This record gives sequence, structure tokens and C-alpha cells, in this order.
Amino acid sequence: MGVDQPLGENIITTSLDSLVNWARKSSIWPMTFGLACCAIEMMATGAAKHDLDRFGIIFRASPRQADCIIIAGTVTKKMLPVIKTVYEQMPEPKWVIAMGACACSGGVFDTYSVVQGIDEALPVDVYIPGCPPRPEALLFGLMKLQDKISKERNSFGSSIGLGERLEPAA
Amino acid sequence: MAENNRAVVKLKERFADSVLDCKEFRGEVTVTVKKESILDVLKCLKDDLRYNFLTDVTAVDFLGQSPRFMVVYHLYSIPNKDRIRIKAPVTENDCSIDSATALWNTANWLEREAYDLMGINFVNHPNLVRILMTDDWVGHPLRKDYPLQGPDREPYKGRLS
Repeated sequence: MGVDQPLGENIITTSLDSLVNWARKSSIWPMTFGLACCAIEMMATGAAKHDLDRFGIIFRASPRQADCIIIAGTVTKKMLPVIKTVYEQMPEPKWVIAMGACACSGGVFDTYSVVQGIDEALPVDVYIPGCPPRPEALLFGLMKLQDKISKERNSFGSSIGLGERLEPAA
Repeated sequence: MAENNRAVVKLKERFADSVLDCKEFRGEVTVTVKKESILDVLKCLKDDLRYNFLTDVTAVDFLGQSPRFMVVYHLYSIPNKDRIRIKAPVTENDCSIDSATALWNTANWLEREAYDLMGINFVNHPNLVRILMTDDWVGHPLRKDYPLQGPDREPYKGRLS
């Protein structure tokens, strides 16, 4: 179909972005990290009935192996430094999902001890409303994150010095 | 009635000038004593009247009244299956009371909580530091004059719609 295939039929030509984004979105490894009742829904999403594994989403118990953190629950001011440390220990590229009303906005806990939304501290990619969100909502949020990852442009190429140079998000 | 309670009779007899008030409400006996004699009263209840289990130590803030704080002890007698509540008023200017850690080790963390959230100083406590809030926290959040949303935020004024 117009493209010459000098290497034979078992070679597929594609763009670097398509390949890298497909690999990244098909193997989102979230950090095993729960804070409150949303973590129970997160566990239910990972368990047999909803089965996150079919999306290639496998919870990792170490931030060194994780590339996504799901903030599942109420973030207290006492817990915030711990979450920041875990986030900083994750290798790039990394994504943040704010799961539930508390992680999005503080929720009903409009008090002195609760952070009013994790976006005060971390760059959030996907917000999932609900108190707590059902597993279907978390699945939808993760699929939105997959859509977002598949639209990224040259994030891998720029890190190895190819093509357009991207500044890393602060 | 509270007057017939064995512990109340004994306390009134032994600490006549320390007992400020005795009340019974729905079977719950409450004795208010002066804070200077709190350790002696608790020791008497523990050793002589077999109230051997300290269930709770907390404080109440009566903002605008004097004395402002009331430190509350809940005791349970495991052999007699009986409860009693001891209260001691504490003023805002001298916000301190003797620690009960010498009698019950469980008073250690309970008093740290009351110190952390209410700002009651427990004299002779072995390790009076914050237990729930972060170490660098300023203020005592459960006091009535502590702003609910924290000192660095605009207070909530109701729905805008």
C-alpha cells in the first residue's frame, strides 16, 4: 500500500510515539497505596470480578517499579509528606489519579487537618468523583488515563535526544 | 442516688474538702473534685475501691466559663463490674494537672492526646509530646476558639448559592 517493505512481511512500520504510548498505556503499574475507604474499592477493582490485570494494570508494592499512583482516600496534612516521598521515589514517566471526593477536593472533611485536594501537592492527571467511586468509575478513570497516555507526543523521543524537545512538567 | 454509692460515700468521708459535686444521671455516677487532690482521689479509688481500669482521660472546653476546662477520668472496676467518672476543673491561666501515669501506664497516651488536642499540661508526665498532630503543629485543635478550617484559611460562611 505505497509503503515499500524491503525487510519482509514480518516487519511493521510505525511511529515511535505509537509504539511507546501503546506500551506505556498497556502496562500501567500503579503503586499499592491506599489511604481510606476508596482503597477498599480500589482493591475490589483489582480483584477477580473487575480484574484490572486484563488491562495490564498490575499493582506494584514498590514505588521504584510503579509509574502511576492512585490517591485513594483522605489525605491528611500528617500523611502529605509521606505521599510526596512515595511520588518522588517513582521513576519518570509517572501519572497521578485522584480517586474520590477527598483526593479531588477534601470532600466532606473541610477541616484543619485535611489537605483540600491532592492537586495542592501533586500534578493530577485524572480526577474520579464519587464517595467512594464504584469499581466501574475507577476503571473508567484508568481508561481515561490510557487515552491521555496514547495522545502524548514525543515524550520518549525527547528524553533520548530525538525530535522535538519537551520540557518536563514541573 | 449518688449519695448511696459506696465510692461516693467513701470519697466524701476521706476527701471532705476536695469533693465539689456528686451527680447521678441514668445510673452514671460523676464526682467532681479539686485538681490539687486528683492523684490522691484516683489512688484511693484504685487501691481501696478496686476501680483498677482507667478507660479514658479526656478534657472538655467550656469556653467563656471559669474555670474553662474540665479534665475527665473514666474508671472501671473489673472485679465489681462498676463504672465511675471523676472530673477536675482546670483554669485557663494555670492549665495543668498532675499526671496519672504513676497509677496507670495507659494514662501515658491518653494524657498525650488531651495535651495535643486541648492543651492541658500534665505535670510529671514522662513524655508529654504531641501524639496525633504533627510535631511542628501550632495550637490545640479541639479548643473551642480554634478555627475549624485551620488558622491559615478563610472560615466557611455557608453556601453561596
